[in-house]
Amino acid sequence: MAAPAAAVRPARGSGSGRAAWRRFARHRTGMVGLVLVVLLVLVAALAPVLAPHDPFTTSRNALLAPLQDQRYLLGTDHLGRDVLSNLIWGARVSLLVGVAAALTATVVGVIVGAFAGYFGGRIDELLMRVTELFQVIPRFVLALIVVALFGSGLLKLILVIGLLSWPQAARLVRSQYLSHRTAQYVDAGRALGMRDMRLMFVEILPNVMGPVLVVTSLDVAQAILLEASLGFFGLGDPNQASWGSMLNQAQSYIRRAWWMSVFPGLGISLAVLGFNLLGDGLTEAYDPRMRVR
Amino acid sequence: MSGSSDAGKSVWAYVAWRLINAVPLVLGVIVVNFLLLTLAPGDPVTALVGDYPAPADYIERVRQQYGLDRSVPERLVRYVGSVLRGDLGYSFANRQPVATLLLERLGRTMVLMVTTIAIASAVGLALGVLAARKPHSLGDAAATGFALAGYAVPEFWFGQILILVFAVWLQVLPAGGFRSVRETYEGFAAFLDHLRHMLLPMAALSFRYMAITTRLTRASLLEVMNTQYIVAARARGLSERAILWRHALRAAALPVVTVIGYNFGFIVAGSALVETVFGWPGIGRLMYDSIFARDYPVLLGILLMVSVTVIVVNLVTDVLYSVLDPRVRY
Repeated sequence: MAAPAAAVRPARGSGSGRAAWRRFARHRTGMVGLVLVVLLVLVAALAPVLAPHDPFTTSRNALLAPLQDQRYLLGTDHLGRDVLSNLIWGARVSLLVGVAAALTATVVGVIVGAFAGYFGGRIDELLMRVTELFQVIPRFVLALIVVALFGSGLLKLILVIGLLSWPQAARLVRSQYLSHRTAQYVDAGRALGMRDMRLMFVEILPNVMGPVLVVTSLDVAQAILLEASLGFFGLGDPNQASWGSMLNQAQSYIRRAWWMSVFPGLGISLAVLGFNLLGDGLTEAYDPRMRVR
Repeated sequence: MSGSSDAGKSVWAYVAWRLINAVPLVLGVIVVNFLLLTLAPGDPVTALVGDYPAPADYIERVRQQYGLDRSVPERLVRYVGSVLRGDLGYSFANRQPVATLLLERLGRTMVLMVTTIAIASAVGLALGVLAARKPHSLGDAAATGFALAGYAVPEFWFGQILILVFAVWLQVLPAGGFRSVRETYEGFAAFLDHLRHMLLPMAALSFRYMAITTRLTRASLLEVMNTQYIVAARARGLSERAILWRHALRAAALPVVTVIGYNFGFIVAGSALVETVFGWPGIGRLMYDSIFARDYPVLLGILLMVSVTVIVVNLVTDVLYSVLDPRVRY
């Protein structure tokens, strides 16, 4: 991990933001990611306008309608629901769960990482042990069990995925705080009588937000995948159109209705690709030397 | 490897230290399991007695028989004790002890996973080398694009697509299962039959893993190629081929070895999803069935087993790391 040479307080404000944007814009794949993410946001926001049908309306005379059917552009499923409309509404769930879960993970990760890195010693030891425990327990299996036991729903999905995804952010933030806590601007703040909380979250935090943003973006991609996987196991929110749930139902009709499988999977892949590429571009923008897998 | 005699001692000390450190982790996982069971909605007695109304004294007897009338800390201690003795509970859906059931299914999952890891690591390494040898070339772009796709495509969906193409449209491979149901093969023919059933699940499972290995090999090889000892090797007039295979790759392989270990948990999750798509009767399929049967002891058993596996594999990779890199000392 590259240690920022933060001998003085790093420049903040619009100047560095514009420089970061220039570096981001030069990174071609990062721009592709941004375009994909913007498209996803647009589809999700405009779902009521874009969707040609109600996603839940079943139609008994159009069961498993193929693509040739003029009324349904991407065909219908086994209950006669329009695949395209479900796809469009599904973008909402993916985006909402992905972003909200990643933000939850970031907040928890920043708090844990800041305390561990800033104070060090016993606190660091203890917090890192807990982080290790969360890294050893397989996220997917635990999420599956929790949702199976406690029931599904948008809020539960967000919380479960978010609260299981923070270790990576925590480790990154910790390493950043380890190098910042001895920086001169922090010493200066301490000499001025600033409290630890202020130093941690007002003075240091803005300076480590760049790398944190990278992890958040990659976490969104992971959260979208996890939500889709849970949906595929039949544990999505039963009241929402979700890409994962669509693939769960498609499994039984794979020989008769290929369109039920192909399109939701494309949606998931493009959304995940978008946030992964965005993360790559942000890496380039904030620290070209830093690599986050 | 030079100096293995004194290094050997320190490796064993390190292994012992790591094993001691693994104890609180394993206990932590068991406690998480117990908390999940305790916090889950619903009275566990209902699961034993059934939903229909039963006489109160019968319910009370069951409650006492299973120790459910005791305090939570007392039950936690008993739970930890029984897990440490290898008793993971009883699966009512399968009418078997959970430990027996898991061991039986584990074999089939391991067959799938180990072959996948082996093949995907080899292919990923090759692609990564190909990409790093000529950065920003067409080959590099192809390998990088392949890796990006592998990161984004969910393995269960890729499995469905493989079924569509190879089983439904081309009809050259079976869509699922562990062996042919209509025919009975023996000996080598039975082996070939198994192999045919494994091809698609393996392909579905290995995509993401290949992507990870490709990307990591490329990145670490590019980094190594810029280090001073490679520059020195070039200055000595060694051919690019010799530099790559004899010097750079060995150093570049280190992070790849690490990632094999640290991705083990992900591979288990991946195999769970892929097994469901292909009806492969392993741990993943068991997990899927157990969710719908509300067979919680099995689910928690799987969680514990996978966590312990991850801890062990991480330990093995770290030790392997020290063997591969003489600079690493513990």
